[in-house]
Amino acid sequence: MSTCLGDAMFPDAVRATVRLLRRLGVRVDVPEGQTCCGQPMVNTGYLDEAVPLVRNVITAFAGYDHIVVPSGSCAGSVRHQHALVAARSGDAALAAAVARTAPRTLELSEFLIDVLGVIDVGASFPHRVTYHPTCHSLRMLRVGDRPTRLLAAVRGIDLVPLPGAQECCGFGGTFAVKNSETSVAMGSDKAAQVRSTGAEVLVAGDNSCLMHIGGLLSRQRAGIRTMHLAEVLAATDEDPGGGSS
Amino acid sequence: MTTPRATFLGMPPFPTAARAALADTQLRSNLAHATGTIRAKRAAVMGELADWEGLRQQAARIKDETLAQLDTHLLDLEAALTTRGARVHWAPDAAAACAIVAQIAQGHGIREIVKVKSMATQEIQLNEALAACGIRAWESDLAELIVQLGDDLPSHILVPAIHRNRSEIREIFRTRMAAAGRPAPEDLTDDPAALAGAARLHLREKFLATRMAVSGANFAVAESGTLVVVESEGNGRMCLTLPEILVSVVGIEKVVPTWADLDAFLTLLPRSATGERMNPYTSMWSGITPGDGPQEVHVVLLDNGRTRALADRFARQALRCIRCSACLNVCPVYERVGGHAYGSVYPGPIGAIINPLLKGVGTDTATDALPYASTLCGACADVCPVAIDIPGILVHLRAAGVDAHRGNQPPSAEGLAMRAAAWGLADATRLARGERVSSLVGRLPGGRGMPGGRRALSWLPWPGSRWTQARDLPVPPAESFRAWWRRVGRHEESS
Repeated sequence: MSTCLGDAMFPDAVRATVRLLRRLGVRVDVPEGQTCCGQPMVNTGYLDEAVPLVRNVITAFAGYDHIVVPSGSCAGSVRHQHALVAARSGDAALAAAVARTAPRTLELSEFLIDVLGVIDVGASFPHRVTYHPTCHSLRMLRVGDRPTRLLAAVRGIDLVPLPGAQECCGFGGTFAVKNSETSVAMGSDKAAQVRSTGAEVLVAGDNSCLMHIGGLLSRQRAGIRTMHLAEVLAATDEDPGGGSS
Repeated sequence: MTTPRATFLGMPPFPTAARAALADTQLRSNLAHATGTIRAKRAAVMGELADWEGLRQQAARIKDETLAQLDTHLLDLEAALTTRGARVHWAPDAAAACAIVAQIAQGHGIREIVKVKSMATQEIQLNEALAACGIRAWESDLAELIVQLGDDLPSHILVPAIHRNRSEIREIFRTRMAAAGRPAPEDLTDDPAALAGAARLHLREKFLATRMAVSGANFAVAESGTLVVVESEGNGRMCLTLPEILVSVVGIEKVVPTWADLDAFLTLLPRSATGERMNPYTSMWSGITPGDGPQEVHVVLLDNGRTRALADRFARQALRCIRCSACLNVCPVYERVGGHAYGSVYPGPIGAIINPLLKGVGTDTATDALPYASTLCGACADVCPVAIDIPGILVHLRAAGVDAHRGNQPPSAEGLAMRAAAWGLADATRLARGERVSSLVGRLPGGRGMPGGRRALSWLPWPGSRWTQARDLPVPPAESFRAWWRRVGRHEESS
């Protein structure tokens, strides 16, 4: 699942996901009928508006063994919110289809460790990195330490812990604009923690949170770049960026 | 003394109130320190429990089963209380509850009462209602006293003066205590022990001189008609034992069927609230004990929106709440803005759900803004000792708010935007068309470089300015993933 944000704004991260999975011998398709999981509508309270998007996920991803998502919150949306939307639609067939799709949907680190059984994905990334565990990965999907286990196995990486890592960065979807001052206050504290690590790169499994923290770091001229987990895991000596076109 | 402006009515909706609070650096610093300390203490004592998850699920189950047969348990409670000499009053709303308390006081010619810290009496704004009848109500909890003397509003369920520092408290005591009774000593310093000493002397005179006390209750045990108050300072014990008349205002969701049911809650509450294994004072009383303690005991059972909340089959789990404040202390939004921004005696994550549930959704903009005062990060649900699915209820209430305004003319800008976005995202061809436009924007020169080399926009017109006022936004890529996939990606092979 490319996710709407990855597709439109962060193609490098999705490209890196595709290349990483192919490198590990997975047959990858990116169904062209897919769009958005509907999370922005659901989390803002527009459940009826999310119904066609949920239907579209069901149609686009029918027939695949696994649905791999380079986003904790989009995977969380499919696994934990689509049932709510389907129930709202009153369409029992949709509810049944959602129940079949949800368990096949995995966040990237879950798929790598739980399905492929790999920790060392053969990546090389000789940089000082800190990792922000995004809220929905952490508390909705319970991915635990899977991402940091994968990162720790990357050749050359200097992985430094992020103080207050489990605290939300303040993105929160439409919260970032509805309550932008509070969102920025939370993000500024997160950015300060990131800066305190001396890391060169901030890594996370969600482009949305990275867009928020990265936007603040950029405005602060912090000199710290953001990368998606997939880009680091896809990086090799030959392709240090992991997702370049 | 001025009349406390304790009414939260007329406060601006959360985003506006939060903006003002964020500018208060003292508040930010106090909150970060206090919530950080209490979070660590809570985590440490919870870690000691062998099966905290099992215990909170048990507590949740007890509350759910009780709520499912609330009518029966309340009648049992009433019967047991009556048998033991208490008088039970039923109050459908705040006005009725306040009137009952005022009438009891007036029946005895009482002009002054002392109070045990109680959320229910704050919820119904009892002090203000009594003041309107010429009855002065004195808070005896130290932090509530600070709030009351300071003509202020509580900003936390458990530590209502969390927004004040000790020099502010000294100033409040020095300038306001005399008008309320025994003055603060001339040489009062901001040493915490000195401040507590001044409050102790001030309050001791009130306990001894006042004939009537008003309390709430943390729990009400139906089988024996026993009310339970859990506290730290001992002021509650004074109020519950010294006066002749005791009136307790108790939310109807506070009932538990048996003493055995109390067990889980008395383990969970102090650990969740203050990070203590056990709270210093737990007072329990069942009606009247002849010759010992208050000889006239009243219990006001308060609805005030609770049956409205109970009618919501999914969100009724919010009535499990035991007011421990663990969700406030762990909430990153609360930690930044404090309690006042929520415009209610119930702030933080629990406030963001309980206020709309008690008051109803779709009636006032301030209440409807509360479910959006969260990033849905889920930290609250992880610490809740009765396992309330707060993020789930937040989304549920957001949907209820949206639904309440469906069909409004003209529709809201947000509603139109969401409908337009959903239309554009419902079909891959439409999305691809949009991405072709955004990639043209991405090919335009300009924007500044972000770390890593990507170009960024630092300014957008409203509403984009809500993002760019403090954050750069990456310029859209010159080629979307979808376009790359069609051009290159689908033709590449597995290695």
